Amino acid sequence: MAIEGADIVQAAAYIGASLAMGLGALGPGVGEGMAAAKTCEAIGKNPKEAGLLTRTMLVGQAVTESTGIYSLVIALLLLFVVV
Amino acid sequence: MDFEIQTWVKMSAFAGGGIAMGLGAIGAAVGEGNAAQSANQAISRQPELSGEILKTLLVGQAIAESAAIFALVVAMTLLFSTFSADSIMVSVVMSAGLAMGLGAIGSGAGSGLPAGSACTGISRQPKMSSKITTNMLIGSAVCQTPSIFALVTAFILLFTTFSGRPVSPTWAAIMGAGLAVGLASIGSGLGGGLVAEKSCEGIARQPNSSGSTTMLMLLAQAVTQTPTIYGLLVAFILLFKSSPAADSIAPAIALLGSGLCMGLGAIGPGWGIGYSGGMAVRWSARNEKAVTDITKVMLLGQAGVSSTAIYSLLIALVLIFIA
Repeated sequence: MAIEGADIVQAAAYIGASLAMGLGALGPGVGEGMAAAKTCEAIGKNPKEAGLLTRTMLVGQAVTESTGIYSLVIALLLLFVVV
Repeated sequence: MDFEIQTWVKMSAFAGGGIAMGLGAIGAAVGEGNAAQSANQAISRQPELSGEILKTLLVGQAIAESAAIFALVVAMTLLFSTFSADSIMVSVVMSAGLAMGLGAIGSGAGSGLPAGSACTGISRQPKMSSKITTNMLIGSAVCQTPSIFALVTAFILLFTTFSGRPVSPTWAAIMGAGLAVGLASIGSGLGGGLVAEKSCEGIARQPNSSGSTTMLMLLAQAVTQTPTIYGLLVAFILLFKSSPAADSIAPAIALLGSGLCMGLGAIGPGWGIGYSGGMAVRWSARNEKAVTDITKVMLLGQAGVSSTAIYSLLIALVLIFIA
């Protein structure tokens, strides 16, 4: 098996993309879960504000999502643009 | 050092067996310890119920134990089977061990949680003990799903013949499949446990709500399994899609990376979906009027949490099919 420099660079880009997206999904997954959990709690305590709480949850989750999207962008860059 | 292939396969099988049992023991031990802690607190509150609480504790611990027993079965299979002297078997046995070892962590730790909260619940509402125990049994049984996926993958790995396929990059596809299922099971196993824990607590607080609480628990637990199912999907694609022989290392790393990406990417969403499901179950038990609203918001929130798992699935599929 002959391994050349370009081959190693390609392999590093693949493993980098995989780690970027894999590890990058950890934080948003946990964070958005907390937002959703506390929204359910708040609606349980104050059902009248369900609409407002849902809206706030969605905005919060959208912002939390951004780091996941950064990971996705970096992974796609590594796969299709950089190498 | 010039070993024969047979020696390499044996070494890998022994190491894989050690990894399967070593990692597989973590979850069940933590979960059962957690259950015993809650049972002790419950008995100190209501010493006269010690018989009932001890019975529930033992039943709950027995279910939490099953993840570790799956790991023991796979470890024993790896130690005492004879594998063909084929260089692909080196990665097959290692991957089976990794899949089962990692896959047992979440389910073991998760299914200890409902056992603990069932003991606490019985000390609060002794009259509801049979309903609480039934709910705990259903909840912790569903918690075992991720570890069962890992067991199935480990056995598929051990009993499929890979000999006709090129060693490179098939070795990486096989390792990737094990990592995808094993890592993805961690989050969903823990998450399913969080849901079941809160539902036992909810039934103890509001006995009237037991029917709707169990239903919502099953719904939330089903959604919690989605990240693991993505992991299983990626693993099956990796196992059953044959790749052309490649001399270079890049195609192999792409397949390995695909499994790693899906496995790691499913941990956070699995936990997050479970945590939000647990809170929804807890508060819908306390406030019956808000059940519809809470269920709707729970599903909406869980859909948001799933999105990062879907990004991981996307990158994993790109790595398999395009890279």
